[in-house]
Amino acid sequence: MFAFCTDPSTLDTFRWFSCYLTNGAHFLFYQSFLVVFALLAVTAPTSLAFGFIAAAASRSHILPISWLGKIYTAMVRGVPDIVFFLFFVLVLDQAIEYLRHQVTCPDWTEEIRQGANFLVCPEARTPSGNAPQWVHEIYGFALAVFTYAIVFGAFCGNVLYGAMQAVPRAQLETAEAYGMSRRQVFWRVLVPQMWIYALPGLSNIWMILIKATPLLFLLGIEDIVYWARELGGSRTSAYQYPHPDWRFWYFLALLVFYLAFTRVSEIVLARLTIRLSRGQATAGGEALRKAAA
Amino acid sequence: MTCVEAFNAYALRSLGMGERMLPTADIGFCEQAVLIGSGLIWNVYFGLLALTFGFFFAVALAVAKNQPARLIRKPAEWFIFIFRGSPLFIQFFMAYEAFVMLPRVGIEFTLLGVEIAAETRWFSRAWLGALIVLFFNTSAYAAEIFYGALRAIPRGDLEAADAYGLSGWKKFRRITFPTMMRLAWPSYTNEAIFLFHATALVFFSSFPAFQQRGDALYYANYFADRTFNPFVPYPIVAVYFVLLTLCIIALFGLINRRLNRHLPQNQRPRLRIRPQVFR
Repeated sequence: MFAFCTDPSTLDTFRWFSCYLTNGAHFLFYQSFLVVFALLAVTAPTSLAFGFIAAAASRSHILPISWLGKIYTAMVRGVPDIVFFLFFVLVLDQAIEYLRHQVTCPDWTEEIRQGANFLVCPEARTPSGNAPQWVHEIYGFALAVFTYAIVFGAFCGNVLYGAMQAVPRAQLETAEAYGMSRRQVFWRVLVPQMWIYALPGLSNIWMILIKATPLLFLLGIEDIVYWARELGGSRTSAYQYPHPDWRFWYFLALLVFYLAFTRVSEIVLARLTIRLSRGQATAGGEALRKAAA
Repeated sequence: MTCVEAFNAYALRSLGMGERMLPTADIGFCEQAVLIGSGLIWNVYFGLLALTFGFFFAVALAVAKNQPARLIRKPAEWFIFIFRGSPLFIQFFMAYEAFVMLPRVGIEFTLLGVEIAAETRWFSRAWLGALIVLFFNTSAYAAEIFYGALRAIPRGDLEAADAYGLSGWKKFRRITFPTMMRLAWPSYTNEAIFLFHATALVFFSSFPAFQQRGDALYYANYFADRTFNPFVPYPIVAVYFVLLTLCIIALFGLINRRLNRHLPQNQRPRLRIRPQVFR
């Protein structure tokens, strides 16, 4: 990056590091932090939406719908989530290819599952065999995001269902007494009040979600863990910047990054709790009212 | 291969006994169920030992975090923050890299009359290295739970202890500790479940599976890669873990009953099982 970087072997330590840390591979490493943020930015709202739908479905008066919602939220309990991650990515991939196969090649006669192989017609390959590299990467990332959303959606659903139950019954009864329909009670009374009850659970899930991001590596995404391993591995003098095995230091950097990230999240969430407590019929809201008076 | 043959060949495969080669062709249901079950031995090993050792360390950490003296409180706070604030996955990676960097030394010593030749190389093996990481990790999480319980002990109980002339160790052992356990137990049950689930990460992080001796998920992933059919091995793992979780809930439920045996029936806290995801 800098002009003096043409021959790193002649540089002193400080300049050597300023060149080393700004070379092309390191910029890819820094970019991969954006992958983490992108994952969080997409996953958090999606899983919240999944969870909201699941929680609303669990409260439904139509039995099959409420069963669906409950089964979905109960599904994730009792099983390590890493199992779900590995499972869903493969299942989604195969399901998409299978559906496209049914649509695009109806007259394909061969079996799809042949022993250890999963063969669909060439048109149904997703992404198609000759697609550029970035399409493959985006597709892989989208699958990963969807998997995260399914798993964390179940957790959000659990929390939101609890929050909906926690809204004082009297509030809903009052709304009904005013002649509101079920739909109106849900949107005008229940939903605005449930967030403060959901917040402790949701912030817990957010923390877990942050700490789940390195698992992207297991799904084959080139994320920060991938680059830390890649860049940290020892380099012989054949390379421009030879160094011994530095993977420990790279992982230390990641550790510090995650510690900082969770700490900042904690502080922001604490503020949000105060903000949402305003005007609520809870101990926190009461304390705010007293402080203001 | 019949189910009996599969059982004989692979039941202890994860410990290195039985058939050397993993099944490669014609993989039936029995091979998968037996081999994955064999891998579960490692999950139980990691979970049980980390939980047992971690319990005592966690109590010590929680008490340390509750001390007014900065010199004792701060290290405990930092330990808990570092292990709770960072992903277990990264901790595994880091620990492995750190253990690999250790100089290779062997020490011989006698423990209870048995000659043991300990090597630092053991640290980079999963059975010791991953166990240490899990031990520290669960200690930090449990310590936070115990600390919360310590703060929640009713003031009246402690004042009553003072009034009876109890102090120091006696007060801790008779009043503080039992009440702390009683309050913390439901959350601690969740932590235990959580820890057993976290053991599935061991061979997926950097600790290599020596001679393909892996845990349940390691074998499940092996089968999913081989057969390209995730619908058999992963549900098997799921069923095994659900059974393991039920065992933990049953065991911890018994302890919970014992801890609350002095309370009237309707005031006993129920265990609410809310396992969290991972760390």
